[in-house]
Amino acid sequence: MSARMRLATRMVGLAALVSTAFTVWLAFWVTPPAKVMGTLVRLLYLHPPVAWVALYCAFGLAALSSLLYLWRRTRTLFWDRLGASAVEVGVVFTALTLITGSLWGRPTWGVWWTWTARLTSTALLLVLFLGYLALRRVPADPEVRARRCAVAALVAFVDVPIVMFSVDWWQTLHQQGTVLNPGLDLKVHGSMAWTMLLGFVAMTLVFVWMVLVRYRVEVLADRIGDEELEVSLSERWAEGSAVTLDPGAPSRGAPGRGAPGLPATLVGVGRRAEDLAEHASPVPEHASLVAEHAAPVPEHASPVAEPLPGHATEPLGGRR
Amino acid sequence: MWRDALLVAGKDVRIELRSRVALWQVLPFAVLVLVLFGFALGPGPSALRVAAPGLYWLAVLFTTVLATQRSMAIESGEGTRDGLRLSGIDPAGVFLGKVAAVALQLVAVQVVLGAGIVVLFDVHVATWWLALVASLLATVGLSAAGVLYGALSAGLRVRETLLPLLVLPIVAPVLIAGSRAWSAALSGAVASGASWLKILGPFAAVYLAVGVALYGPLQETA
Repeated sequence: MSARMRLATRMVGLAALVSTAFTVWLAFWVTPPAKVMGTLVRLLYLHPPVAWVALYCAFGLAALSSLLYLWRRTRTLFWDRLGASAVEVGVVFTALTLITGSLWGRPTWGVWWTWTARLTSTALLLVLFLGYLALRRVPADPEVRARRCAVAALVAFVDVPIVMFSVDWWQTLHQQGTVLNPGLDLKVHGSMAWTMLLGFVAMTLVFVWMVLVRYRVEVLADRIGDEELEVSLSERWAEGSAVTLDPGAPSRGAPGRGAPGLPATLVGVGRRAEDLAEHASPVPEHASLVAEHAAPVPEHASPVAEPLPGHATEPLGGRR
Repeated sequence: MWRDALLVAGKDVRIELRSRVALWQVLPFAVLVLVLFGFALGPGPSALRVAAPGLYWLAVLFTTVLATQRSMAIESGEGTRDGLRLSGIDPAGVFLGKVAAVALQLVAVQVVLGAGIVVLFDVHVATWWLALVASLLATVGLSAAGVLYGALSAGLRVRETLLPLLVLPIVAPVLIAGSRAWSAALSGAVASGASWLKILGPFAAVYLAVGVALYGPLQETA
């Protein structure tokens, strides 16, 4: 990531911080409590903006970038990483939407949870995209994982309107949208309306900042994976050449002595993969990626293995 | 595409007929789920009768997960996936064929489950055609979504735990619409039941279309 990009991330982060602080100040000290809801109305400056970010910004961006990844002309890992970052931030915001809504619902409706259409479909959406994250954690080649995740995101996204419709019909006594609700709309005015608007701006900035940071983490994590692979490959190359150049190493056709050489190399490779897995424990995907790549190594092992196929396969099979 | 689909469907169905996994594992599982629901809700017939449509569709959903897992498991051994990929069969055909085979198994399971709720839960179906149409549409939708996600998680070491997490939320609309339509079919409220077909139909159509479009890239992936 370029220095300019990093600067931009910082600026967005600063703007998000300032606007959030300003929203908090307005929400708690400037705006008056509402007539009916009292001081509870202050959740209105947080809950709708968070829901807006979760349901529209995050998942919209995720669907768009998945589509652009699957489109052959725009297929770059940029879209994959962007989509993954958006989903991850979106899941956090969806959970926050449910939590803040629940906090509001308890004093207002008297229950933490009701089976209204909005709540139910939001909860389903959360589970849908948790599935995406679970799929993403499965170790795989970046390209393979990208394609798989893009398909999963699109399939999940297609489901969103169907879920909304069906849940809407299922629970016809659903709650109307807060901002679009005519009764409430009249009450939100003056300083409250401005605070709410600022809340939207602040949460959107927070979202953009989080996605930028998450994107950078994604890039760095991929780079770690690549570099570990490079290191382990070059080390194995060095090992392989050391074994073949070793003066004590068996010449072609020498029975008995060649056979132990092969398992030794393979055991070394296996141990190297385990070492890597241990060192890389905070990022298990990449470690096991390395382990997966390390396991077969047919090309490097073959110079030793070829001369003695009959002898070589036996101890190998025994060890496994 | 259609000829390929027929070939793949025929192959899958033949494998199922010969291995009898569906017959001896999937079907008994579905019936077991019904019996367990009976235990959970108590022996009172009225509670069971009210809950019957929902329980029926839950059992179908669980069976869908099993059937898709099975449908992908028969492609997992001995490089079959590569064979399928190299055979030059249209990926869309593979998708449709697999969907057809899974759907056929689900139909068989549903016949048994339907008989099961009539016998065990003492329900009476007032409007047969509504129940049948809802079942057919739901079956197509379930199989399409299931095969799509089955292909997505095929070949992964964690597929057994991942697949239910991926599939079940996706098919939640089918559970809702299916059980509502069946409730209506049991009580004879045709008008309200028929409106649920407007969700089951598009669901099936959308996932068939998505599968036909995306199965190609998916097959290259795994």
